[in-house]
Amino acid sequence: MDTFQELIFKLKHYWAERGCIIQEPYDLELGAGTMAPETFLRVLGPRPYRVAYVQPSRRPADGRYGDNPNRLYKHQQLQVILKPTPEDVIDQYLASLEAIGIDLSKHDIKFEEDNWESPTLGAWGVGWQVMLDGLEITQFTYFQQCGGLDLDLVPAELTYGLERLAAFLQGVDSIYDIVWAPGVRYGEVRFQDELQYSVYNFEMAGIESLWKLFEIHEAEAARLLAQFPDAADKARFPLLPTYDHVLKCSHLFNTLDSRGAISVTERVGVIARVRKLAVGLAQAWAEQQNQEAAA
Amino acid sequence: MSVPFLLEIGTEEIPDWMIPGALEQLRTKFTDLMAKLNLAADDVRVDATPRRLVLRASGLPPRQQDAEELLMGPPKAAPAAAVAGFARKLGVAPEELVIETTAKGEYYSFRRKVAGQATSDLLAAALPDLILSIHFPKTMYWAGKNGPRFIRPIRWLVALLGDSVVPFEIAGVASGAVTRGHRRLGQQQVAVTIAGYEQTLRDNYVLLSAGERRRKIEDEIRPLGARPDAALLETLVFITEYPAAISGQFDPAFLSLPEEVLTTVMRFHQKYFSVDGGGQLAARFVAVMNTSADPDGLVRQGNERVLRARFNDARFFWDTDQKRPLRERVADLAHVTFQAKLGSYLEKTERVVNLVTELGGGDAARRAALLAKCDLTTELVKEFTELQGVVGGLYARAQGEPEEVALAIYDHYKPLSMEDSLPRTRDGQLVSLADKLDTLRGCFGIGLVPTGSRDPFALRRAAQGVVRILAEGGWETPLRPLLLGDTALEEFFLDRIRYYFREVRGFRYDEVNAVLAAGWDNLPDALRRIEALAAVRPTPNFEPLAASFKRIQNILRQAEFAGPAEVRTGALEPGPETELHAEFERVRQQAASLPYLQALEAIASLRPKVDLFFDKVLVNAPDPDVRRNRLALLSAIRTEFSTIADFSEIATNQ
Repeated sequence: MDTFQELIFKLKHYWAERGCIIQEPYDLELGAGTMAPETFLRVLGPRPYRVAYVQPSRRPADGRYGDNPNRLYKHQQLQVILKPTPEDVIDQYLASLEAIGIDLSKHDIKFEEDNWESPTLGAWGVGWQVMLDGLEITQFTYFQQCGGLDLDLVPAELTYGLERLAAFLQGVDSIYDIVWAPGVRYGEVRFQDELQYSVYNFEMAGIESLWKLFEIHEAEAARLLAQFPDAADKARFPLLPTYDHVLKCSHLFNTLDSRGAISVTERVGVIARVRKLAVGLAQAWAEQQNQEAAA
Repeated sequence: MSVPFLLEIGTEEIPDWMIPGALEQLRTKFTDLMAKLNLAADDVRVDATPRRLVLRASGLPPRQQDAEELLMGPPKAAPAAAVAGFARKLGVAPEELVIETTAKGEYYSFRRKVAGQATSDLLAAALPDLILSIHFPKTMYWAGKNGPRFIRPIRWLVALLGDSVVPFEIAGVASGAVTRGHRRLGQQQVAVTIAGYEQTLRDNYVLLSAGERRRKIEDEIRPLGARPDAALLETLVFITEYPAAISGQFDPAFLSLPEEVLTTVMRFHQKYFSVDGGGQLAARFVAVMNTSADPDGLVRQGNERVLRARFNDARFFWDTDQKRPLRERVADLAHVTFQAKLGSYLEKTERVVNLVTELGGGDAARRAALLAKCDLTTELVKEFTELQGVVGGLYARAQGEPEEVALAIYDHYKPLSMEDSLPRTRDGQLVSLADKLDTLRGCFGIGLVPTGSRDPFALRRAAQGVVRILAEGGWETPLRPLLLGDTALEEFFLDRIRYYFREVRGFRYDEVNAVLAAGWDNLPDALRRIEALAAVRPTPNFEPLAASFKRIQNILRQAEFAGPAEVRTGALEPGPETELHAEFERVRQQAASLPYLQALEAIASLRPKVDLFFDKVLVNAPDPDVRRNRLALLSAIRTEFSTIADFSEIATNQ
């Protein structure tokens, strides 16, 4: 039986052999692997790209103080981007399951329609949730638009839910019982995060301070974005750091939301503010990429 | 000699619910194409699995028939140069032209032989567009920005006419004679012939016929005790290529959770059938796999583990939610958006409570309206949104609210469809009415009006629910004042009422128009009127009388008669005119006290006197006073007898 970390090693190895760069997690708080620049920005533009990385994904509202055996404030996704999508992408995906020890001749796999949309990122795609013996183990998405732009090359995005896969493979009912490394359970590694972040997000987060931080990051991103159209040398314009501030806004919004600090009337407006930044950033990035490709 | 045809569009997994519609389009488009190309095709049949849309036909000719085309040139009298020019344009010698005699005279013409084209060539040219023109609710592109759009990527194409491949290409995929078997159980590349196609697929664990898959599922789930569920069955038929049923168990301790919660988890989240155990839910489930067997029980164990986690979640949510009863959650609704411009659910709740009061609701209905939306703040509803209302009802009961309050909350989203039942209690109907009316008023008030197929707030369903509750629940409450004079909303309701009377109750369109023209404020009353009208319709006097009413209406319109006006009995001419007036007075008094059916029968009995009047009396009399009096009489008849239905709307043969 593989440990949690062994499962990750094997998946990374599998995709590395198929031409993926193995990246490390993005070093900011993200709600999903899709938001990492390795996905959100790399899917734009005409350049082929293949990458895989684990992304710890923080969703403040999903925290359960470590009480719930199936739910986490921060879960881990293994994110694979194949741009453009190879013709045999599903076969490659199924073989990755064999590679982590799932004998497909003894299990039931179904592809059930599940489309993905993120209004905040101006992004959407179509695809499936992959069901293994009734358990959703992967989100499979063909990206169609990002930042409101049609994509030049349609990438496939595979998002493996690592905790679920590991619990399945190890036959445990609680995520906290997953064996992470020999002799070490998931709960020993992560319980404190789950408890403390739940307490913080639901009870103690400083609403005023977080709002201030939100506004500071928003203003910084907006200030930079406003300069891009007139920048003399667009190739060296710091869009990646700008995007960091957008990501900060997104996470601060999620935290404020879980704290119950965003009123009805504010909510729609705040989402629109983040969306404006994300879409503006994506468009600027696409322009920068196209110029570079043309040069 | 004729040949069979096979087309298989091989794709990645198509959403199950889109498949039947796509197949129907494929059939129609192919049949239309054959007609357009003057090609015969027999036994056109379509089949599908999630990974393939298939069309088969027999009796195609190898070529189109040769035809002759007649091309008309200049008249016989035209100068030689014109004739030569015509011949040159056609590329033939002038002596090959013939003289054709037409109705307009004699003309030079040419009969050109048009050789029939090979069917294979015609199909090869037409199939790519035909395939890509199949409409799906949401399509994607996969082969780069300017590539074709389809529901999912096309990965292979089989196109055979007899033994030969019909050659074409879509997004780099060339047609051939090689199909693919089941993803895990079958071969990935399998050569096929038309004759052996279905058997080859079967050998590779693909049951092509949806009917066969359906029967296989039905035959296997029945002995396992599955409760019938036609919609779930249909879903499973179209997410499997080779279905097989298995049965699993769960801890009977979960049966302490409400059955609604357990069956929702199984049905909507896991696509399992529930199992009946002596009229109650058994601690078992039936799942349908897309594979042939589960020899080691791993699939069963996996599904059992998933269900255990789901049920644990549900129990966790249930227990958490009980810590704050619904009554303490009303204020929380301020944080739940109903609609951006229409504010929060707290504001909606306040409006609905007021509307319930306005509609005559008592304490129980008001209490139910106050608590109805509180379950939106619970963990259980956040997780299982389809249980909104139901969860509120269950919680209300568990938290000691009166039973009538719990029931009203439980039912207040009903009816969810034309087939769904109404809320079971008067209180439930009131809360449902008020909730839906509030949504409709609010959305129309800010211009959120459904257009075409776009109806994101399900306003049609809401209005249809209001119509059904009023009509079938016997609510005589006047509807129009509840619409606040919003003419767009009135029109919208009128449409829904028409739809209900026609499509659901099966009344004829003219009867519906006639009855609604006489008023639609009180729906149970309108229902009684239309039932009476439909009953009196076949009696011999009725349609002729309706025709007379149309005539009356035309006369009044042409005379621009403003009416109503007093009929001066002294000015009536003896004979048919006086008789009609007397009959009118008699019927009027009689009808006023009768139920609708007898009233209509009485009105129909006017017919001989009306006929006689039109036979013998000239309405447009030269004397303006006489004319005005006659118009006044007709106008009085029309006005008096149009309160049940406007008979001039009835379609007649006269």
